[in-house]
Amino acid sequence: MALDKNLIAKRIAKEVKNGYYVNLGIGIPTLVANYVREDIEVEFQSENGVLGMGPFPFEGEEDADIINAGKQTITTLPGASFFDSATSFSMIRGKHVHLTILGAMEVSQNGDIANWKIPGKMVKGMGGAMDLVASAENIIVAMMHTNKEGESKILKQCTLPLTGVGCVKKVVTNLAVLEVKNNAFYLLERAPGVSVEEIQNATEGTLIVEGEIPEMSF
Amino acid sequence: MINKKVNNVEEALKGVENGMTLMLGGFGLCGIPENAIAELVKRNINELTCISNNAGVDDFGLGLLLQKKQIKKMISSYVGENQEFERQMLSGELEVELTPQGTLAEKCRAAQAGFPAFYTPAGFGTEVADGKETREFEGKMYVLEPAFKADFAFVKAWKGDAAGNLIFKGTARNFNANMCGAAKITVAEVEELVPVGELDPNNIHIPGIFVQRIFQGTNYEKRIEQRTVRKNQ
Repeated sequence: MALDKNLIAKRIAKEVKNGYYVNLGIGIPTLVANYVREDIEVEFQSENGVLGMGPFPFEGEEDADIINAGKQTITTLPGASFFDSATSFSMIRGKHVHLTILGAMEVSQNGDIANWKIPGKMVKGMGGAMDLVASAENIIVAMMHTNKEGESKILKQCTLPLTGVGCVKKVVTNLAVLEVKNNAFYLLERAPGVSVEEIQNATEGTLIVEGEIPEMSF
Repeated sequence: MINKKVNNVEEALKGVENGMTLMLGGFGLCGIPENAIAELVKRNINELTCISNNAGVDDFGLGLLLQKKQIKKMISSYVGENQEFERQMLSGELEVELTPQGTLAEKCRAAQAGFPAFYTPAGFGTEVADGKETREFEGKMYVLEPAFKADFAFVKAWKGDAAGNLIFKGTARNFNANMCGAAKITVAEVEELVPVGELDPNNIHIPGIFVQRIFQGTNYEKRIEQRTVRKNQ
Protein backbone atom coordinates (compact mmCIF):
# COMPACT_ATOMS: atom_id res chain seq x y z
CA MET A 1 0.00 0.00 0.00
CA ALA A 2 1.38 3.37 -0.99
CA LEU A 3 1.86 5.83 1.86
CA ASP A 4 -0.28 8.91 2.38
CA LYS A 5 1.28 12.26 3.19
CA ASN A 6 1.16 11.67 6.93
CA LEU A 7 2.97 8.35 6.66
CA ILE A 8 5.66 9.88 4.42
CA ALA A 9 6.13 12.50 7.13
CA LYS A 10 6.20 9.81 9.82
CA ARG A 11 8.90 7.86 7.98
CA ILE A 12 11.00 11.00 7.49
CA ALA A 13 10.66 11.84 11.18
CA LYS A 14 12.87 8.81 11.89
CA GLU A 15 15.75 10.65 10.16
CA VAL A 16 15.56 13.47 12.70
CA LYS A 17 18.21 12.85 15.36
CA ASN A 18 18.88 14.17 18.83
CA GLY A 19 20.50 17.62 18.81
CA TYR A 20 19.43 18.51 15.29
CA TYR A 21 18.37 21.95 14.11
CA VAL A 22 15.90 21.25 11.32
CA ASN A 23 14.33 23.38 8.59
CA LEU A 24 10.99 22.10 7.33
CA GLY A 25 9.59 23.18 3.98
CA ILE A 26 5.95 23.79 3.18
CA GLY A 27 3.58 20.84 2.59
CA ILE A 28 4.47 17.29 3.66
CA PRO A 29 7.67 18.46 5.43
CA THR A 30 5.62 20.61 7.82
CA LEU A 31 3.87 17.42 9.01
CA VAL A 32 7.18 15.87 10.06
CA ALA A 33 7.14 17.92 13.28
CA ASN A 34 4.08 15.93 14.41
CA TYR A 35 6.00 12.64 14.40
CA VAL A 36 9.41 13.43 15.86
CA ARG A 37 10.16 11.26 18.91
CA GLU A 38 9.44 13.03 22.15
CA ASP A 39 12.52 11.72 23.93
CA ILE A 40 14.97 13.67 21.72
CA GLU A 41 15.89 17.37 21.66
CA VAL A 42 15.23 19.00 18.30
CA GLU A 43 14.68 22.64 17.31
CA PHE A 44 12.75 23.66 14.22
CA GLN A 45 13.95 26.69 12.26
CA SER A 46 11.69 28.66 9.98
CA GLU A 47 13.52 30.86 7.49
CA ASN A 48 11.33 33.91 8.08
CA GLY A 49 13.13 34.29 11.39
CA VAL A 50 12.35 31.89 14.23
CA LEU A 51 14.20 29.04 15.90
CA GLY A 52 12.34 26.88 18.40
CA MET A 53 9.00 26.80 16.63
CA GLY A 54 6.12 25.22 18.52
CA PRO A 55 2.64 24.01 17.54
CA PHE A 56 -0.20 26.17 16.22
CA PRO A 57 -1.66 28.54 18.84
CA PHE A 58 -4.92 27.85 20.61
CA GLU A 59 -7.90 29.62 19.14
CA GLY A 60 -7.88 33.27 20.18
CA GLU A 61 -4.15 33.28 20.94
CA GLU A 62 -2.90 33.78 17.39
CA ASP A 63 -0.50 36.67 16.87
CA ALA A 64 -0.03 38.33 13.46
CA ASP A 65 3.63 38.93 14.36
CA ILE A 66 4.45 35.28 14.98
CA ILE A 67 4.25 33.16 11.85
CA ASN A 68 6.21 30.46 10.02
CA ALA A 69 7.54 30.50 6.46
CA GLY A 70 4.16 29.23 5.24
CA LYS A 71 2.64 32.40 6.76
CA GLN A 72 0.76 30.26 9.29
CA THR A 73 0.29 31.49 12.84
CA ILE A 74 2.53 29.53 15.21
CA THR A 75 3.79 29.51 18.79
CA THR A 76 7.32 29.31 20.16
CA LEU A 77 8.75 26.88 22.69
CA PRO A 78 10.93 27.75 25.72
CA GLY A 79 14.41 28.61 24.41
CA ALA A 80 13.12 30.03 21.13
CA SER A 81 14.58 33.08 19.39
CA PHE A 82 13.60 35.55 16.68
CA PHE A 83 16.02 37.10 14.19
CA ASP A 84 16.24 38.98 10.88
CA SER A 85 16.28 37.34 7.44
CA ALA A 86 20.03 37.72 6.84
CA THR A 87 20.76 36.01 10.17
CA SER A 88 18.27 33.29 9.29
CA PHE A 89 20.11 32.52 6.07
CA SER A 90 23.46 32.71 7.87
CA MET A 91 22.18 29.74 9.86
CA ILE A 92 21.31 27.98 6.60
CA ARG A 93 24.21 29.01 4.35
CA GLY A 94 26.67 28.65 7.21
CA LYS A 95 25.61 25.02 7.68
CA HIS A 96 24.41 25.51 11.24
CA VAL A 97 21.09 23.88 10.34
CA HIS A 98 21.67 20.11 10.28
CA LEU A 99 18.79 18.87 8.20
CA THR A 100 16.56 20.34 5.51
CA ILE A 101 13.35 18.57 4.52
CA LEU A 102 11.56 19.91 1.49
CA GLY A 103 9.13 19.00 -1.26
CA ALA A 104 9.90 18.62 -4.96
CA MET A 105 8.21 18.42 -8.34
CA GLU A 106 11.11 16.40 -9.78
CA VAL A 107 14.42 14.94 -8.65
CA SER A 108 17.09 13.38 -10.83
CA GLN A 109 19.61 10.62 -10.23
CA ASN A 110 22.53 13.05 -10.00
CA GLY A 111 20.80 14.81 -7.09
CA ASP A 112 19.28 17.76 -8.94
CA ILE A 113 15.96 19.10 -7.67
CA ALA A 114 13.22 21.17 -9.34
CA ASN A 115 10.46 22.66 -7.21
CA TRP A 116 9.87 26.32 -7.98
CA LYS A 117 8.57 26.92 -11.47
CA ILE A 118 6.53 25.40 -14.29
CA PRO A 119 7.28 27.63 -17.29
CA GLY A 120 4.16 29.39 -18.61
CA LYS A 121 1.94 27.87 -15.91
CA MET A 122 3.10 28.39 -12.40
CA VAL A 123 5.63 30.93 -11.23
CA LYS A 124 5.47 31.36 -7.50
CA GLY A 125 9.16 31.82 -6.89
CA MET A 126 11.82 29.84 -5.10
CA GLY A 127 11.49 31.47 -1.68
CA GLY A 128 14.31 30.08 0.44
CA ALA A 129 14.59 26.75 -1.39
CA MET A 130 17.62 27.65 -3.52
CA ASP A 131 19.58 28.81 -0.48
CA LEU A 132 18.56 25.72 1.47
CA VAL A 133 19.51 23.17 -1.17
CA ALA A 134 22.77 24.93 -2.07
CA SER A 135 24.08 24.77 1.48
CA ALA A 136 22.48 22.03 3.54
CA GLU A 137 24.71 19.02 4.20
CA ASN A 138 21.73 16.77 4.62
CA ILE A 139 18.70 17.21 2.38
CA ILE A 140 15.73 14.87 2.40
CA VAL A 141 13.07 15.30 -0.24
CA ALA A 142 9.47 14.40 0.56
CA MET A 143 7.39 13.80 -2.54
CA MET A 144 5.00 11.59 -4.48
CA HIS A 145 6.77 9.08 -6.71
CA THR A 146 4.56 9.88 -9.71
CA ASN A 147 2.33 12.76 -10.84
CA LYS A 148 -1.45 12.63 -11.21
CA GLU A 149 -1.07 11.10 -14.68
CA GLY A 150 1.09 8.34 -13.23
CA GLU A 151 4.31 9.66 -14.79
CA SER A 152 7.49 9.28 -12.79
CA LYS A 153 8.94 12.28 -10.94
CA ILE A 154 12.09 10.28 -10.10
CA LEU A 155 14.06 10.98 -13.26
CA LYS A 156 17.31 10.52 -15.16
CA GLN A 157 17.27 14.27 -15.71
CA CYS A 158 14.91 16.99 -14.47
CA THR A 159 12.74 18.62 -17.14
CA LEU A 160 11.67 21.67 -15.09
CA PRO A 161 13.88 24.66 -14.20
CA LEU A 162 16.28 23.57 -11.45
CA THR A 163 16.30 24.73 -7.86
CA GLY A 164 19.71 23.20 -7.15
CA VAL A 165 22.25 20.82 -8.65
CA GLY A 166 23.71 17.63 -7.19
CA CYS A 167 22.32 18.28 -3.72
CA VAL A 168 19.65 15.68 -2.90
CA LYS A 169 20.89 12.80 -0.73
CA LYS A 170 17.71 11.00 0.17
CA VAL A 171 14.17 10.84 -1.19
CA VAL A 172 11.15 9.51 0.68
CA THR A 173 8.11 8.95 -1.54
CA ASN A 174 4.74 7.26 -1.14
CA LEU A 175 6.41 4.10 -2.49
CA ALA A 176 10.02 4.00 -1.36
CA VAL A 177 13.04 5.37 0.45
CA LEU A 178 15.82 6.10 -2.05
CA GLU A 179 19.42 7.12 -1.58
CA VAL A 180 20.91 9.27 -4.33
CA LYS A 181 24.54 8.41 -5.15
CA ASN A 182 26.81 7.31 -8.00
CA ASN A 183 24.39 8.86 -10.49
CA ALA A 184 21.57 6.48 -9.51
CA PHE A 185 18.74 5.91 -7.06
CA TYR A 186 19.52 3.11 -4.59
CA LEU A 187 16.40 1.47 -3.25
CA LEU A 188 16.67 1.28 0.54
CA GLU A 189 13.14 0.53 1.67
CA ARG A 190 9.73 -0.27 0.22
CA ALA A 191 6.36 1.03 1.45
CA PRO A 192 4.47 -1.81 3.17
CA GLY A 193 3.01 -4.15 0.56
CA VAL A 194 4.63 -2.36 -2.40
CA SER A 195 6.80 -4.61 -4.57
CA VAL A 196 10.22 -3.81 -5.98
CA GLU A 197 8.67 -4.21 -9.42
CA GLU A 198 6.04 -1.54 -8.72
CA ILE A 199 8.76 0.84 -7.61
CA GLN A 200 10.86 -0.01 -10.66
CA ASN A 201 7.87 0.73 -12.93
CA ALA A 202 7.28 4.10 -11.27
CA THR A 203 10.94 5.14 -11.51
CA GLU A 204 12.24 6.65 -14.75
CA GLY A 205 15.77 7.15 -13.41
CA THR A 206 18.27 4.35 -12.87
CA LEU A 207 17.14 2.28 -9.88
CA ILE A 208 19.70 0.08 -8.14
CA VAL A 209 18.28 -2.83 -6.17
CA GLU A 210 20.84 -4.65 -4.04
CA GLY A 211 19.76 -7.75 -2.14
CA GLU A 212 16.54 -8.07 -0.18
CA ILE A 213 14.76 -4.70 0.20
CA PRO A 214 13.06 -4.35 3.59
CA GLU A 215 9.67 -2.78 4.15
CA MET A 216 9.59 0.59 5.88
CA SER A 217 8.96 0.67 9.59
CA PHE A 218 7.56 3.68 11.38
CA MET B 1 20.56 62.92 20.29
CA ILE B 2 19.97 63.49 16.60
CA ASN B 3 16.26 63.84 16.09
CA LYS B 4 14.79 61.69 13.28
CA LYS B 5 11.16 62.16 14.19
CA VAL B 6 8.74 63.43 11.57
CA ASN B 7 5.12 64.20 12.34
CA ASN B 8 3.27 61.98 9.95
CA VAL B 9 3.42 59.73 6.92
CA GLU B 10 3.12 62.69 4.51
CA GLU B 11 6.33 64.18 5.88
CA ALA B 12 7.97 60.78 6.02
CA LEU B 13 7.50 60.21 2.30
CA LYS B 14 8.80 63.61 1.21
CA GLY B 15 10.99 63.23 -1.87
CA VAL B 16 9.51 59.95 -3.09
CA GLU B 17 9.04 60.25 -6.84
CA ASN B 18 7.87 58.28 -9.84
CA GLY B 19 10.40 55.77 -11.14
CA MET B 20 12.27 55.29 -7.87
CA THR B 21 13.53 52.02 -6.41
CA LEU B 22 11.98 51.25 -3.02
CA MET B 23 12.72 48.58 -0.43
CA LEU B 24 9.74 47.43 1.63
CA GLY B 25 10.12 45.24 4.69
CA GLY B 26 7.91 42.35 5.70
CA PHE B 27 7.46 38.64 5.12
CA GLY B 28 4.08 37.87 3.64
CA LEU B 29 1.89 40.41 5.43
CA CYS B 30 3.93 40.14 8.64
CA GLY B 31 5.69 43.39 9.49
CA ILE B 32 4.83 45.29 6.31
CA PRO B 33 5.00 49.11 6.39
CA GLU B 34 1.23 49.56 6.11
CA ASN B 35 1.24 53.35 6.48
CA ALA B 36 3.92 53.95 3.84
CA ILE B 37 2.14 51.65 1.36
CA ALA B 38 -1.18 53.47 1.93
CA GLU B 39 0.53 56.80 1.30
CA LEU B 40 2.19 55.57 -1.91
CA VAL B 41 -1.27 54.49 -3.10
CA LYS B 42 -2.81 57.83 -2.09
CA ARG B 43 -0.15 59.86 -3.88
CA ASN B 44 -0.34 57.58 -6.92
CA ILE B 45 3.44 57.37 -7.25
CA ASN B 46 4.11 55.01 -10.12
CA GLU B 47 6.71 53.32 -12.34
CA LEU B 48 8.17 51.95 -9.13
CA THR B 49 10.74 49.22 -8.71
CA CYS B 50 9.90 47.46 -5.46
CA ILE B 51 12.27 45.22 -3.54
CA SER B 52 10.19 43.11 -1.18
CA ASN B 53 10.29 39.42 -0.31
CA ASN B 54 6.63 39.03 -1.30
CA ALA B 55 4.09 41.04 -3.22
CA GLY B 56 1.25 41.12 -0.70
CA VAL B 57 -2.16 39.61 -1.40
CA ASP B 58 -4.71 40.89 -3.90
CA ASP B 59 -6.28 43.45 -1.59
CA PHE B 60 -3.56 44.21 0.95
CA GLY B 61 0.09 45.08 1.22
CA LEU B 62 1.85 45.61 -2.10
CA GLY B 63 -1.25 44.15 -3.76
CA LEU B 64 -2.76 47.62 -3.30
CA LEU B 65 -0.01 49.16 -5.47
CA LEU B 66 -0.30 46.36 -8.01
CA GLN B 67 -4.06 46.93 -8.34
CA LYS B 68 -3.37 50.50 -9.42
CA LYS B 69 -0.49 49.40 -11.66
CA GLN B 70 1.98 51.61 -9.79
CA ILE B 71 4.71 48.97 -9.89
CA LYS B 72 6.88 48.54 -12.97
CA LYS B 73 9.20 45.94 -11.56
CA MET B 74 9.19 43.62 -8.54
CA ILE B 75 12.26 42.01 -7.00
CA SER B 76 11.02 39.21 -4.72
CA SER B 77 11.63 35.61 -3.71
CA TYR B 78 8.06 34.33 -3.49
CA VAL B 79 4.95 35.78 -5.06
CA GLY B 80 2.51 32.88 -4.84
CA GLU B 81 -0.32 34.54 -2.92
CA ASN B 82 -1.34 37.22 -5.38
CA GLN B 83 -3.47 36.53 -8.47
CA GLU B 84 -3.27 40.05 -9.84
CA PHE B 85 0.51 39.79 -9.61
CA GLU B 86 0.49 36.51 -11.54
CA ARG B 87 -1.80 38.00 -14.19
CA GLN B 88 0.40 41.08 -14.69
CA MET B 89 3.53 38.97 -14.78
CA LEU B 90 2.25 36.39 -17.28
CA SER B 91 0.85 39.17 -19.52
CA GLY B 92 4.19 40.97 -19.45
CA GLU B 93 2.85 44.18 -17.85
CA LEU B 94 5.02 43.64 -14.81
CA GLU B 95 8.72 42.92 -14.85
CA VAL B 96 9.74 40.40 -12.19
CA GLU B 97 13.14 39.44 -10.89
CA LEU B 98 12.87 36.36 -8.69
CA THR B 99 15.76 36.10 -6.26
CA PRO B 100 16.51 33.38 -3.70
CA GLN B 101 15.34 34.55 -0.30
CA GLY B 102 18.73 34.35 1.39
CA THR B 103 20.31 36.20 -1.51
CA LEU B 104 17.60 38.88 -1.29
CA ALA B 105 18.32 39.34 2.42
CA GLU B 106 22.06 39.46 1.86
CA LYS B 107 21.74 41.97 -1.02
CA CYS B 108 20.00 44.24 1.52
CA ARG B 109 22.56 43.55 4.21
CA ALA B 110 25.46 44.12 1.78
CA ALA B 111 24.02 47.52 0.86
CA GLN B 112 23.62 48.31 4.57
CA ALA B 113 27.17 47.15 5.35
CA GLY B 114 29.01 48.69 2.39
CA PHE B 115 29.83 45.56 0.43
CA PRO B 116 29.43 46.00 -3.35
CA ALA B 117 28.77 42.29 -3.93
CA PHE B 118 29.21 38.83 -2.43
CA TYR B 119 29.48 35.21 -3.49
CA THR B 120 26.70 32.79 -2.58
CA PRO B 121 26.17 29.13 -3.47
CA ALA B 122 22.41 29.72 -3.87
CA GLY B 123 21.21 29.43 -7.44
CA PHE B 124 24.39 28.01 -8.93
CA GLY B 125 23.50 25.79 -11.90
CA THR B 126 20.01 27.33 -12.15
CA GLU B 127 18.58 30.11 -14.31
CA VAL B 128 19.13 32.53 -11.42
CA ALA B 129 22.86 32.38 -12.19
CA ASP B 130 22.43 33.06 -15.92
CA GLY B 131 24.81 35.80 -17.04
CA LYS B 132 26.37 36.16 -13.61
CA GLU B 133 30.00 35.69 -12.67
CA THR B 134 30.68 32.37 -10.95
CA ARG B 135 33.76 31.24 -9.07
CA GLU B 136 35.05 28.17 -7.29
CA PHE B 137 36.13 28.30 -3.65
CA GLU B 138 37.47 25.11 -2.07
CA GLY B 139 35.84 22.89 -4.64
CA LYS B 140 32.36 24.45 -4.49
CA MET B 141 30.82 26.85 -7.00
CA TYR B 142 29.43 30.27 -6.08
CA VAL B 143 27.53 33.05 -7.85
CA LEU B 144 28.49 36.72 -7.55
CA GLU B 145 25.50 38.82 -6.47
CA PRO B 146 25.64 42.64 -6.29
CA ALA B 147 24.28 44.66 -3.36
CA PHE B 148 20.96 46.43 -3.91
CA LYS B 149 20.85 50.12 -4.70
CA ALA B 150 17.63 51.80 -3.59
CA ASP B 151 16.30 55.31 -3.07
CA PHE B 152 14.08 54.64 -0.06
CA ALA B 153 13.68 51.81 2.41
CA PHE B 154 10.30 51.60 4.18
CA VAL B 155 10.38 49.50 7.30
CA LYS B 156 8.00 48.84 10.14
CA ALA B 157 9.01 48.22 13.74
CA TRP B 158 7.20 47.58 16.99
CA LYS B 159 8.84 50.26 19.14
CA GLY B 160 11.10 53.13 18.27
CA ASP B 161 12.27 56.50 19.54
CA ALA B 162 13.13 59.87 18.01
CA ALA B 163 16.80 58.85 17.80
CA GLY B 164 15.69 56.24 15.25
CA ASN B 165 16.38 53.23 17.46
CA LEU B 166 14.15 50.28 16.64
CA ILE B 167 12.85 47.13 18.29
CA PHE B 168 10.89 44.57 16.34
CA LYS B 169 8.40 42.00 17.56
CA GLY B 170 8.43 38.29 16.75
CA THR B 171 8.95 37.31 13.15
CA ALA B 172 8.03 40.84 12.00
CA ARG B 173 11.75 41.62 12.17
CA ASN B 174 12.47 39.66 8.94
CA PHE B 175 13.66 41.94 6.11
CA ASN B 176 12.84 45.11 8.03
CA ALA B 177 16.08 44.94 10.01
CA ASN B 178 18.20 44.22 6.93
CA MET B 179 16.72 47.06 4.89
CA CYS B 180 17.55 49.74 7.49
CA GLY B 181 20.41 51.79 6.11
CA ALA B 182 20.38 49.84 2.85
CA ALA B 183 18.81 52.70 0.84
CA LYS B 184 19.65 56.41 0.53
CA ILE B 185 16.86 57.21 2.98
CA THR B 186 15.36 54.79 5.50
CA VAL B 187 11.89 55.58 6.79
CA ALA B 188 10.71 53.66 9.84
CA GLU B 189 7.10 53.55 10.97
CA VAL B 190 6.45 52.20 14.44
CA GLU B 191 3.50 50.95 16.45
CA GLU B 192 4.77 52.79 19.51
CA LEU B 193 6.99 55.84 19.33
CA VAL B 194 8.31 56.09 22.90
CA PRO B 195 10.21 58.93 24.60
CA VAL B 196 13.97 58.91 24.07
CA GLY B 197 15.65 57.08 26.95
CA GLU B 198 12.82 54.65 27.48
CA LEU B 199 14.25 51.88 25.28
CA ASP B 200 16.99 49.87 26.98
CA PRO B 201 20.18 50.32 24.88
CA ASN B 202 20.93 46.63 25.52
CA ASN B 203 17.82 45.62 23.65
CA ILE B 204 17.96 47.82 20.54
CA HIS B 205 17.73 45.71 17.35
CA ILE B 206 18.62 48.52 14.93
CA PRO B 207 20.61 51.53 16.12
CA GLY B 208 19.25 54.91 15.03
CA ILE B 209 22.21 55.65 12.75
CA PHE B 210 20.58 53.39 10.11
CA VAL B 211 17.32 55.36 10.15
CA GLN B 212 16.75 58.85 8.69
CA ARG B 213 13.05 59.36 9.46
CA ILE B 214 10.76 57.82 12.03
CA PHE B 215 7.07 58.36 12.69
CA GLN B 216 4.23 57.04 14.81
CA GLY B 217 2.16 54.81 12.55
CA THR B 218 -1.63 54.66 12.75
CA ASN B 219 -4.50 52.22 12.17
CA TYR B 220 -2.48 49.03 11.87
CA GLU B 221 -4.57 46.21 10.50
CA LYS B 222 -1.85 43.52 10.90
CA ARG B 223 -3.79 41.08 8.81
CA ILE B 224 -3.10 37.35 9.30
CA GLU B 225 -2.55 35.51 6.03
CA GLN B 226 -2.99 31.90 7.23
CA ARG B 227 -4.84 31.63 10.51
CA THR B 228 -3.91 28.22 11.89
CA VAL B 229 -5.01 27.17 15.37
CA ARG B 230 -5.33 24.19 17.69
CA LYS B 231 -8.67 23.48 19.31
CA ASN B 232 -8.87 24.63 22.90
CA GLN B 233 -8.73 21.76 25.37
